[in-house]
Amino acid sequence: MSKSDRTPDDIAEKRNKPPAEETEDGEFEVIGKNIDRVENPRLLTGRGEYIDDVQLANMGHAAVLRSPHAHARIVDIDTSEAEQLDGVDLVLTGEEAAEKTGPLPTFSSPPVEQYCIAKDRVRHVGEAVVAVVADDRYVAEDALERIDVEYEQLPAVTDAREALESEGEEVLHPDREDGHDSNVYLQNTFTAGDPDDEFADADVVVSRELRWPRSGGQPMETVGAVAEYDEGTGKFTIHANTSMYNYMGWLIATTLGVSTNKINIVPKIAGGSFGSKLFAHKVSTLAATLAREAGRPVKFIEDRVDNITSCDNHGSDRYYRPAELALDEDGTMRALRIDVLDDYGAYFQFEVGHHGNAMAQVTGPYTIESIDYSVTAVATNKSQQGAYRGFGSEVQNFVLERLIDAAADELEMDPVELRRENFIQPEEFPYKIPSGNMYDSGDYEAVLEETLELANYEEWREKQADAREDGRHIGIGVVTCQERSVFSSTEFWFWNDDPDFPITSSPESASVKIDETGQAIVTLHSPFWGNSPETVATQIVAEELAMDPENIEVNYADTDSGLKGTGPGGSRYTVMVSGALEGATSQIQEKMFTIAADMLEAAQEDLELEEGEIRVRGAPDKSVGIPEIAMQAHAFELDMPDGVGSGLAADHTYDHPYTTMPDEDREDMGVFYPIMGHMCHIPVIEVDVETGKIEFLDYTAVHDCGTVVNPETLKGHITGGTAQGIGTALYEEYQYQPDGQLPTDNYHDYPLPTFHDVPDDYTIGHVETPSPWTEYGIKGGGEGGRMGAPPAIAAAIEDALEPYDVSIDELPVTPKRVRELIRTDEE
Amino acid sequence: MTSDTIEPESITITINGEEYEREVEPRRLLSDFIREDVGLTGTHVGCEHGACGTCNVLMDGQTVRSCLTFAVQADGAEIETVESLGTVDDMHPIQEAFHENHGLQCGFCTPGMLLSTKELLEENPDPDREAIKEALGANVCRCTGYAPIIESVEAAAERIQAPAEAEGEELSTAGDD
Ligand code: FES
Ligand code: FES
Repeated sequence: MSKSDRTPDDIAEKRNKPPAEETEDGEFEVIGKNIDRVENPRLLTGRGEYIDDVQLANMGHAAVLRSPHAHARIVDIDTSEAEQLDGVDLVLTGEEAAEKTGPLPTFSSPPVEQYCIAKDRVRHVGEAVVAVVADDRYVAEDALERIDVEYEQLPAVTDAREALESEGEEVLHPDREDGHDSNVYLQNTFTAGDPDDEFADADVVVSRELRWPRSGGQPMETVGAVAEYDEGTGKFTIHANTSMYNYMGWLIATTLGVSTNKINIVPKIAGGSFGSKLFAHKVSTLAATLAREAGRPVKFIEDRVDNITSCDNHGSDRYYRPAELALDEDGTMRALRIDVLDDYGAYFQFEVGHHGNAMAQVTGPYTIESIDYSVTAVATNKSQQGAYRGFGSEVQNFVLERLIDAAADELEMDPVELRRENFIQPEEFPYKIPSGNMYDSGDYEAVLEETLELANYEEWREKQADAREDGRHIGIGVVTCQERSVFSSTEFWFWNDDPDFPITSSPESASVKIDETGQAIVTLHSPFWGNSPETVATQIVAEELAMDPENIEVNYADTDSGLKGTGPGGSRYTVMVSGALEGATSQIQEKMFTIAADMLEAAQEDLELEEGEIRVRGAPDKSVGIPEIAMQAHAFELDMPDGVGSGLAADHTYDHPYTTMPDEDREDMGVFYPIMGHMCHIPVIEVDVETGKIEFLDYTAVHDCGTVVNPETLKGHITGGTAQGIGTALYEEYQYQPDGQLPTDNYHDYPLPTFHDVPDDYTIGHVETPSPWTEYGIKGGGEGGRMGAPPAIAAAIEDALEPYDVSIDELPVTPKRVRELIRTDEE
Repeated sequence: MTSDTIEPESITITINGEEYEREVEPRRLLSDFIREDVGLTGTHVGCEHGACGTCNVLMDGQTVRSCLTFAVQADGAEIETVESLGTVDDMHPIQEAFHENHGLQCGFCTPGMLLSTKELLEENPDPDREAIKEALGANVCRCTGYAPIIESVEAAAERIQAPAEAEGEELSTAGDD
């Protein structure tokens, strides 16, 4: 049997457990309940310790001088005056830093070299040129003003379409191994099925030149690190708010030129990430480099301009040239053709992982069997791309849904019916899509029905018709989108025919200890970044060990004590940590039953674990509480049966429940993102055609994230993600100027949505089709809001402007853009 | 060696009822004074240029951006920070309302939101949605999508107005002033 033919039963057998559906569906005690969010009390009272709250004795503060030019050679740096300043400890150039600290880790192959401080050449505005350590941040910034840098300007490229033609001095990385003297980082095409024939035979082909603008996660807390270097042991300790510290943190050691056991990364709670702190290795590496040179602990906290111009967390920046969908007259979708140009900016840390991600759900919830997807990634003089909620698949949702709306228009079909007619049906799962990825389960019709009903869709259509008669422009958008969850790392590299580091692991770990008095201490191996890991862990442990949540304490491992954990990202964490916790608690359960059977002089088969104790079934007075069992396990080895051994603790590392390798020749990319969530979003908006302002009248979203662990926290993800999707759709963009300057490098000019720009009330619903492959049937849900809102809002605007002949092909649809569209039509 | 520093001035600021007398440079920000000199790290800095409200504190009862205020400007003033509200075991009704209505996720914007809410409810104990949006409109939250914060503020108003009825639980008003 080939791996990609596996069924849920095969997966279950591999895991040695029955599929979730057949176990305890609907019988959970704690899972699915709104227990109080465990993280809240310390965050609400100002007692949460974020990275900038870390203070070490004799700590110095760093500030960074950044390039004012988009592209230039560094000719000379004069730091002498800065060094003279009272309180300045260290002034370090890129060249000096590179004597000990090597290039940053990258997935690109051949690698695109990047350093924590630029050497020789700067490639975007904001790139670090010199770093200073001083007694306080004020003095460090004073010192920056006394540094003189002589640059020789090079031509800047900031338009991806022009980057295709770049030559000579315009080429950003002329020294890249097998660099073909161009700004094209990577070009590749994936085909499956018979796209050419399907397009030739189709009755209708819709084609759109879509544009997705560059925006970013913009958490309220920037990235920071506090590093110390112990000269005695040669060991670094780095306090940081990076996310993947137990996954890729070891690479920082390689960069610093020390063995991996010579760094310990200590996680701090993060004030939001949305993907932007996934790696963020540059900041930790910089702080560690400075600490080693300065001989004292160093804190570096990005300010907002540092973060926007140079934290490498910008999202996708794409031109579709074009995107096309082929259909039959009756609306049957046949094939999809995509030609996308993506502006990756000055460096290439995740390669085209974003398009790997898009391939996970390239055909959405629809039965489209042929695809032709061509990606061209180029280098420009902008900050490099990183991860932002959706990691590229949110763009694919936008593209597909826009094409379907265009098709409905062309075929004069109802856009809701067109979608419904093409849905994959519940009995067709597991369903393999043309890229090779598998969808585990779903019921798209049920989600659509629930949303239409909650949204009072028919009623709104009537109101819309009435309003139109009064000259008002109300619009309703309907989209049905996927939320792929639980990634396999193959997506980072399978577009590359010759990857350097074709990683395939993406596990998550958990450790559980029951102490002498029966209290649980749970250790997670990935950080808090604004999600609810402590709440999830508390619920799973309470469920499995029948414990009171009050008796469960959750903390976070550093890398010294850490086990393999991949961390939040790709809507994976709840699924994966639940699997890890289930594995750890079941070992503990087993030992507790062994001890209890001995204490109660009963057969294990007759025992049950309920309400914090193990009882003999049918004899409720014969019971022993977890505290007594725990004390026995810790303190009374001689009273236990032979071979049981002291202690009551377990670790478990849970691997992805179902992934496979891509084919050698990439005819099939394998199964890499099979836990498939789904959503339907229906915004109702009104456009003021005089001013171009858009107002929300209503917003309904129904998600299927499989089994819901905590409805309130999931709802928070949906409303928060939707607000970010609204930002993407209507307001946000890093607007690089032709010369590479970035005027939107601050919050006065980069418009984040405020209280006034989003709905003040959402109707949120859930449909639960449990995943047959994950513990408890959970699917991911962390990114969905931002994956559904942009196409839904674009559809609603187009619908509102029906009296005008406009099509929404480009985001953000600012008021200015609305007016331009209307004016163009009027002319 | 040279120096850009300017002669420090002596100031006295009362923070959460405690008096702090310090020598500070005139350019020192109130946010740094609170966080670093006094060590109250509950006040967070999101943008450092006055655009997000994360750093809001109450100065003589009015919210100010502590990242745009110099410590010397607060000489003689009474400052309230998030630490003046409740504690983990004894939360202020506004904190309780945010807790129960999921008015936070990462918690970074939260201190500013709580203090802006306190200012609002002291002026207008029963605000409608528009008044809430108006009062909190210059505070940015990137996590929640705002609707849960609006619900939290409504719930806080109810709790403060009719503490006995809200949630029907025993309620603490400790930390309230
Ligand atoms: S940190 Fe002061 S307003 Fe943003
Ligand atoms: S809770 Fe994270 S920014 Fe508001």
